[in-house]
Parts: sequence; C-alpha cells; structure tokens
Amino acid sequence: MMHNTVDKIEYVSFLEHKGRFKGLFSWIFATDHKRIALLYLYAIGTFFFVGAILGLLMRLELIAPGETIMKPQTYNGIFTVHGIIMIFMVVIPGLSAVFGNFFLPILIGAKDVAFPKLNLFSWWVFIFGSVLAIASQFMKNGPPDTGWTFYAPYSTATGTNVITATTAAFVLGFSSILTGLNFLVTIHQMRAPGMKFFNMPLFPWAIYATAWIQLLATPIIGITLLMLIAERLFGIGFFNPDLGGDPILFQHLFWIYSHPAVYVMILPAMGVITEIIPTFCQRRVYGYKAIALSSVAIAGVGFLVWGHHMYTSGMSNQARWFFSLLTFVVAVPSAIKVFNWISTMYKGSIDLKPPFLYAVSFIFLFIIGGTTGLLLGSIATNVQVHDTAFVVAHFHYIIFGGMGFAFFAAIHYWLPKMYGKMYNFKRANIAWAIIFVGFNLLYFPQFILGFQGMPRRYFDYLPQFQTGEVISTIGGIILVSGFIFMVYNLVMGVRKGEPAPANPWNGSTLEWQIPSPPPTENFDEVPVIKKNPYDYI
Amino acid sequence: MSDTNIHTEEHRNDDASKLGMWLFIFTELLLFGGLFLVYSIYRAQYPHNFHEGSLELSVTIGAINTIVLLFSSMTIAMALTAMQRNNKKLAMTMIVVTLLMAVVFLINKYFEWGAKFHHGLYPGSDLMALLERGHLLYFSLYFFMTGLHAFHIIVGMVLLIVVLFKVKNNRIHAHKYVLLENGALYWHLVDLIWIFLFPLLYLIS
Repeated sequence: MMHNTVDKIEYVSFLEHKGRFKGLFSWIFATDHKRIALLYLYAIGTFFFVGAILGLLMRLELIAPGETIMKPQTYNGIFTVHGIIMIFMVVIPGLSAVFGNFFLPILIGAKDVAFPKLNLFSWWVFIFGSVLAIASQFMKNGPPDTGWTFYAPYSTATGTNVITATTAAFVLGFSSILTGLNFLVTIHQMRAPGMKFFNMPLFPWAIYATAWIQLLATPIIGITLLMLIAERLFGIGFFNPDLGGDPILFQHLFWIYSHPAVYVMILPAMGVITEIIPTFCQRRVYGYKAIALSSVAIAGVGFLVWGHHMYTSGMSNQARWFFSLLTFVVAVPSAIKVFNWISTMYKGSIDLKPPFLYAVSFIFLFIIGGTTGLLLGSIATNVQVHDTAFVVAHFHYIIFGGMGFAFFAAIHYWLPKMYGKMYNFKRANIAWAIIFVGFNLLYFPQFILGFQGMPRRYFDYLPQFQTGEVISTIGGIILVSGFIFMVYNLVMGVRKGEPAPANPWNGSTLEWQIPSPPPTENFDEVPVIKKNPYDYI
Repeated sequence: MSDTNIHTEEHRNDDASKLGMWLFIFTELLLFGGLFLVYSIYRAQYPHNFHEGSLELSVTIGAINTIVLLFSSMTIAMALTAMQRNNKKLAMTMIVVTLLMAVVFLINKYFEWGAKFHHGLYPGSDLMALLERGHLLYFSLYFFMTGLHAFHIIVGMVLLIVVLFKVKNNRIHAHKYVLLENGALYWHLVDLIWIFLFPLLYLIS
C-alpha cells in the first residue's frame, strides 16, 4: 500500500493514550473528540440494535392477519418505542455525533472541537435522555402509545408514560443543540491556516448546514414538548380543543422542528457519500461549490416545508399548494447532489470496495426514497396514500436506505482509521449483499401495500394484504441477519484484523495524512492548507 | 506526545466562547419564539378575552419589574467595564447589585403570583377550569411564559454567582473576562425577553 512511511513514526494513539483516569473512566470522562465519538458509536449501535429488534417484532406480528404474537396495545407501544429510539436516539444524533465528532476536527486540521468539555457533557446528556426514554417503556403505566409524533389531543389524554417519553425527547434535543453549537463554533474558529470555507472538505460542509438546523429548529420542539407536559400536568388547554386549544397547532409546532430534523438525518449522510465517491473513483469531486451550497440550500428551504406532513389535517388550500410548491423546490438541491455524485464517477477509476458499494446503494435507495417523496409532496396523490404503508416505505427508504446505508458506508470507510485495523472485504461484501436484498424485500412491498390501502400503524389487516406483508417480514429477517453478520465482521476486524496503513484507500483529505489510529492531538504540527481537498487529477 | 497535561492545558479562544454564547442565545430566543407564536395565534383567536385577562394584572408591578431589570442590565454592563479597567472591587459590587435586582424581581413576581393563587387562579385550579376558553388560555400562557422567564432569571443568577466567585478568586481578571462577558450577555437576554413579555401580557388593549 501507499504512504506507508507515516506508520513508522513512533507515537501513542488516542486509543492507548494515558490521561488522568484509568480503564472505563478514561473513556466516559474523556474530552478527546475521538473517544467521545466512539462512546457515541457504542451507545447508538446498541440503541439501533434494540430498535431493530422492536421493528422485527412488529413485522412478526404482521405476518398474518389478527393476533399473532402480541396484543394490540403492546403493538401500539412497540411502534411508538421503535420510533422514539430510532428517531431521537439513533438517526438524529447518528452521523454527526459519531463521525462528525471523530472526523470534523481532523478534516479541518484542528486538534479538537472548540469546547471539548461541553462535548463530553453533550454525551452525558444524551445518555441521560436515552435512559429516560428506555425507562418510559418499563414504568408502571405502560409504554407510550401515541406514535413518536405525540399528536395532541390523544397525547394529552392517554394514560401511558407520555411525560417521561417527552421529557426524554426534550433532553435528547438539548444534547443535539449543544453538539450543533459546538460544531458551528469549531468550523468558524478552528480551521487550519489556509483552510477557507471553500477549501473545506464536503463532509464538514454538510455538518455545518446540519448544525444550523440543530441549533435553530430544536428549541421549537423543546418548547412544544414543555407545553404538552404542562398541559398533562396542569390541565392547561394549549392543544386540547375541549379547553379552547388547537390540536392542529401542535402538529404545526411539531413539524416545524421535525421536518428540518429529517435534514439533520440526511445531510451528514450526503456528506459522507460525498467523501467516499471521489476516493473510490480517484476523481476530483464534480461541482464542489454546487454540492457545498446545496447543503446550505437544503437546510434553508427545509425550514419552510413542514406543512406537507399535514395536507389532510385541515389547512387552507392556499397553504397546501404553497407547502407543496416548496416541497418540490427543496427536491432540487438534493437532485443536484445526486447528479454531481454520478458525474464524479464519470471516467473515474472505480474501485468497488465495501464503502463504495454502500455509497452506490445509498444513491439507488435515495433516488427511490426521494422520488416517492415527491409523490407524497403533491397534494392529490398525498391524499390518496396519506397514513398508509406507502409513507412508511418512503421514509424508511430515506432514513434507513439513506442515513442507515450512509452510516454503514462511513463505518466501512473510516474504521481502518478509527481503530488502525482492517476488516475482511469478502465478508463485508457478502454482508452488504444480504442487507441490500433484505432491505428492498422489507420495504418495497410496503409501497404497493400502501397504494392498495394498507394503513400504517395498524395491528390487523385484511387478508388480501397478506402476500405483501409476508414478503416484507421475510425481508426484515434477512435484513437483521445481514446486519448481525456485518457487525460480526467489523468486530472481528477490530479485534483480529490486519493492521491498517495510514491511507488504505489512497484518499486525499487530511484524515489520511495522519497515522491510523490517530494520535491524541491529531497532528504533530498544524497543517497548512494550500489546495482543494479533492486533488486527484 | 504522551504528556498527561495535554488536555488540561488551556487553549484559550475568547472569540470562540463568545460565538458559542451568541449561538446559545439564538436557541433561547427561538424557545421563547415558539411561545410567542402560540401567544399570537390565540390572541388573534380570542382578542376580547385576552384584553380582559390583562386588566387583572397589575401594570404597576409589571412596570416596576421592567425598570428593575433594565437597571440590572446596566449594572452588569458596568461590572464588565469595571473589570476591563481592572477595578475588581467595583466589578464585584456591580455584580452584587445585579443579583440584588434579580432578587427584587423575583420577590415582586412572588407577590404577583401569590395574589393570583390566593384568588384560586393557578394552573390546574377549579376556578381556571370554569373560565371562558380565551381566559383560560390567557392565564395559562401568563403562568407558562412568566414561569419560564423566572426560571431563566434563576439560571442567570446562578451563572452570575459563579462569575462573582471567580472574580473574587482572581480567576476572572482584567485580561481574562470572557466568562463575565458571557454572563452579562445572558443577563441581557433575560432582560430582553421580559421587555417583550411585559407589553404582550400587561399592556393589551
């Protein structure tokens, strides 16, 4: 492999660094951004596994009409918990907390984030919120059954643990705000000499746009959840029509945050893909500025499209077509990115290694998820498929096919750098194939089921939907086994794999110029940046 | 490289700290922004009830509290200037005056709320449930907004007490005062929010 000379220098990596504490404490009280990133990785990986098992239980329940393995109320609890865990504890923090933390400072040539102690504090807040969320499942009134959206007025009336769950979401939101704040200041203040904004790699650009959304949108959900909690505690009538309130207002406030939150999930994913494609094509990225600015454009326009979740809730016709128009507008910068990724591959020397396989399948799944999103964004078709399995299929293609596959791509791309070990390519390719097949078997039938009228969040269904539901459940089982195989391969790689060289993929960005795993301070001397990060040809 | 002091050694960047504080202030403004949104929607829906509700608040106490907070904003700004001019004693006095103003504000608030409670007017009370819908929403918003604001006052006071002790121990001095500056910024924010709450809740016509 190339650039092996870097490895011969004697140094202490961040994994072996001895700080003030020993053993476990040297991790959970670490202020090093790389250690905090790994803390997030382990926590989020665990939560993802729990969420996936809950999803699988739902699929098993739906394998036949009627009651199969659980009661209806249990089912309601499980889809709510699945949603809360996956949205608030896995996909929203996911890429930015793990890979943003690990690689944002390195990619901009910094030694750490701007506020390392605040970074550690964010992780603790995240864990505290997660514990609350999990506790809400086991406390005596039973798990919340509102769906992760907590729609009023039902959420103000149900006897389940809504207060604990919403408090958890509030606390997790606080952690998200602090992470976003930290990254914004880091990008503004900590770039290496010579690294102008338009010299930054595109993953930091994506993190930058994401951080603004985290910072500006999350307070809205914070205040909304506080109002919901006050309503439950004191019988205030903000959202309960019996007390003069307006349940539609809750939906508006909820989606003012939760739609931009979709971009908190997908923008870092796009950033990861933008790092991987040039490396495995050995091509300068096509349309650097277009990709960078489209991230900002998505973040900006993304604030103005929340109404498309509410076409059937009762809105004026003017509001509906306006939100529909803006939804089509926000698709444009996303499409710009897709065109740029594909153009980057043109005439490149493509190397089908596991990270690239995941990246290409991301594009494939993202196109399906994105175009079905337009179907949902236009009013007429939305009214037809609103609250059906079609919506479930669509957002899983975006969130799992998009963010999830990008996460898998990122872990295969950066694992050699993070741990200094290489995983087995053959097993990684097989795991990818199983996951890809399982994913499409699981979610594609739900598009068809939804079009035929299968509602979402239903415990039972008409016999005519069974074929699709069975295929979907089989897909779910395949997907989970592929996921287990992938994790097995990565863990084996970390424990027994070959030592990884500093630059296994011949990448051009800064993280590949330092040893694997990186030293505690990242750079021996502060790098001076003179050129575009993707300098291949 | 394996020096244990790597991370305990301070990398000071005052600009970064100030930028961080400003960003945090944005999030606070948006937190209250959500409430202002809800307020404006319900006020548009029940203009009459909101007007009647505001008549039951004491404009005098509200005005006194406004003046108290404006004055405290001035004193905390003076504390910062005093610190920059290396006058530790004056800076500490001004911080203490600011804290006293905050206490005066909270005492006023206590009597204001206490009177309402005395009349049986508080969230969850039987009387509240009997009110007209617009009235109920007005008083719900009144308690929620002023309560959240009072909570921010308390957070600001804790921050200023920390600052006070750091000034006392010379951890904050004429060449390193960013924490005092950030505390002052936060205090101005708390003041600013009240400047909006006062007319929204007390001066409706």
